[in-house]
Amino acid sequence: MTEKTFTDADRHDGIAPDMADQTEAPASVASEAAAVAPMNMIQALNSALHVKMAEDPNVLSFGEDAGYFGGVFRVTDQLQQKHGLTRSFDTPISECGLVAAAIGMGAYGLRPVVEIQFADYIYPAYDQIVSEAAKMRYRSGGQFTSPIVVRSPYGGGIFGGQTHSQSPEALFTHIAGLKVVIPSNPYDAKGLLTAAIEDDDPVIFFEPKRLYNGPFDGWHQKPVSPWKTQDLAQVPTGKYVEPIGKARIMREGNDVTILCYGTMVWVSLAGAEHAGVDAEVIDLRSLVPLDIETIEASVKKTGRCVIVHEAPKTSGYGGELSALVQERCFYHLEAPVTRVCGWDTPYPHAFEWEYFPGPERVATALKAVMTGGSR
Amino acid sequence: MTRNTKPLSLRVPEPSGRPGDAPDFSHLKLDAAGSVDRPPVDARPVQMLDLAFRLIRVLDDEGNAIGPWNPRLDAETLKKGGKTSFYMKCTGEEAIAVAQGMILSREDMGFPTYRQQGLLIARGYPLVDMMNQIYSNAADPIKGRQLPIMYSAKDFGFFTISGNLGTQVPQAVGWAMASAYKGDDKIAITWIGDGATAEGDFHNALTFASVYRAPVILNIVNNQWAISSFQGIAGGLETTFASKAIGYGLPALRVDGNDFLAVWAATQWAEERARSNQGATVIELFTYRGAPHSTSDDPSRYRPGDEHEKWPLGDPVARLKQHLIALGEWSDEAQAEAEAEAVAQVRAAGKESEAIGTLGQSRPSVKTMFEEVYATEDWRLVEQRREVGV
Repeated sequence: MTEKTFTDADRHDGIAPDMADQTEAPASVASEAAAVAPMNMIQALNSALHVKMAEDPNVLSFGEDAGYFGGVFRVTDQLQQKHGLTRSFDTPISECGLVAAAIGMGAYGLRPVVEIQFADYIYPAYDQIVSEAAKMRYRSGGQFTSPIVVRSPYGGGIFGGQTHSQSPEALFTHIAGLKVVIPSNPYDAKGLLTAAIEDDDPVIFFEPKRLYNGPFDGWHQKPVSPWKTQDLAQVPTGKYVEPIGKARIMREGNDVTILCYGTMVWVSLAGAEHAGVDAEVIDLRSLVPLDIETIEASVKKTGRCVIVHEAPKTSGYGGELSALVQERCFYHLEAPVTRVCGWDTPYPHAFEWEYFPGPERVATALKAVMTGGSR
Repeated sequence: MTRNTKPLSLRVPEPSGRPGDAPDFSHLKLDAAGSVDRPPVDARPVQMLDLAFRLIRVLDDEGNAIGPWNPRLDAETLKKGGKTSFYMKCTGEEAIAVAQGMILSREDMGFPTYRQQGLLIARGYPLVDMMNQIYSNAADPIKGRQLPIMYSAKDFGFFTISGNLGTQVPQAVGWAMASAYKGDDKIAITWIGDGATAEGDFHNALTFASVYRAPVILNIVNNQWAISSFQGIAGGLETTFASKAIGYGLPALRVDGNDFLAVWAATQWAEERARSNQGATVIELFTYRGAPHSTSDDPSRYRPGDEHEKWPLGDPVARLKQHLIALGEWSDEAQAEAEAEAVAQVRAAGKESEAIGTLGQSRPSVKTMFEEVYATEDWRLVEQRREVGV
């Protein structure tokens, strides 16, 4: 990959990093006849939206630049052209306004899917998400609900600086009434987004943008392999659902359990290989609800647990995972539960690879827990 | 570098009177009843800019309905409005929710603040259910989950009240957009106080309402006070709240909120505009918050004690009564009878609700605390419910 600086200007002309190789038409449009087609993550997400919008007239998609142009990352490409102007449209640059509009539509009975262009811009909508969407069902005694999906590219590794790289998932996992879903590959991305649209509760759907075009494993000096070499990029062109709340074991192993999600799934796999450790790598896929059974069974088997996420360490979701593991698996543990996370700094522009938790940091943590000590 | 100017100074707006002062309303420019033109409902916003700065009034000082905004309501409708308006605790602002609740149907959706309970009463929502909610008792329709008066009544076109100010306004716009998208004939109506118009949500709502021509009526209830802050702190000194609509390209009406007929007429204008797919209208309802903000508030600590009595636009219930009497359709005796009947109904509902129980004496089962967080409980809620032992 060629490293390039990502500036705010890119946001407006739609040239996002690592997008240069994405020239083909979305697979769902190009090859509808085929039952299964190789897709990158953008195409898979786009396919989920096309399939659901074709199936259900109550599904709408909107956001900043998400209509005619199809989104700065092209996830909503051709939705407007295929399904119509009133079903996929551009919104004013007002995250609060567009999420609030979705909440009102959800209360009416629609299933809007909104795009927040970058997770870093979600904060103006935070009150609407936290005080309104999350609490609607509860506070109204079940009279009103918020069956909305808030999609947003998140995470680092793209030289996006602090305004295009953050991982704010813990700000949402803390909120009763929200579900938080993060896929790590095209197959899950489509199946989980379909499930999110069909879910009767608000779903925060974070898309690891560093994975849009390939399973980036954190070895940033090496060329990125494309998705098409991966089994999980063979995506059915029709409808299927991956249930929310079920983790995926990406690699079975006996020595240590790695809990991860998003880009860190691929970094963790690379880290385990680098360390030469027989790790069981669990892609959580859904943080809320959490597949505690899979986690518990794995840690009881391996006796060790390393948690990897990009978000800053303090009060990150890793803290919750760590607490759950020690509450439930303490007498099976051979070593302290260890976290590999982003540092407790804002996301720095010039120190991308010092900040981004890479395979070497994962390997170091794995070796430390294998020798019994904490890092 | 130096500039040859005086030092800058910071202005902080202050109201015309504080406790101990005589109320001073001399700064208000109040148009005479019947003096403001009524534009056609398809008028372009730019053709009616002056209405954002005038005050639409129908009832004159003698209680006669005059001028182009006279909605020419029959006496039965007026009596219904007059009778129902007595039940409210939103003292001084009764005309607003009652008139508007009567014009729109319960299939339309109202996104209220906590001072539009008149909407429920005007639509015949059971008083006892309101009281059960206030007491958070076992029969509370929303299961003891919200502070008193944060009602939710979907079947009566009454959206769940948030308590976070202003959030309902862009939601109302979204609901209206959904109705338009579906080719439905329902419209939305929402209310916000003068103070909360300073929230970003309000301005986002106006942008969306304008951009997508949403069929929604956007009311600003200017009752002069946001707890202890007078409306100047929210920006009301330099312009009117209705005029906020102008920059968004929305039509604005500024209405005497204590004039039942003027509220009715303006709402009907906005309703017709919305139903004929011409989009949103902003209505500033100019009124006065007669009561404290809440039972925890003491207005004598920040405003002249007799300010409400001296309010130049009077009391909405007294003015409607005067009008009905002027029409020969009502009398002091009939009013006294209606009041007594209303009080009796409220007392009866109160007794019925208290028999179920007041706060702390009766409540929904503790198990319900863990329900409806999601459509289905996840393992955390199951475990936590068991930990509580229910």
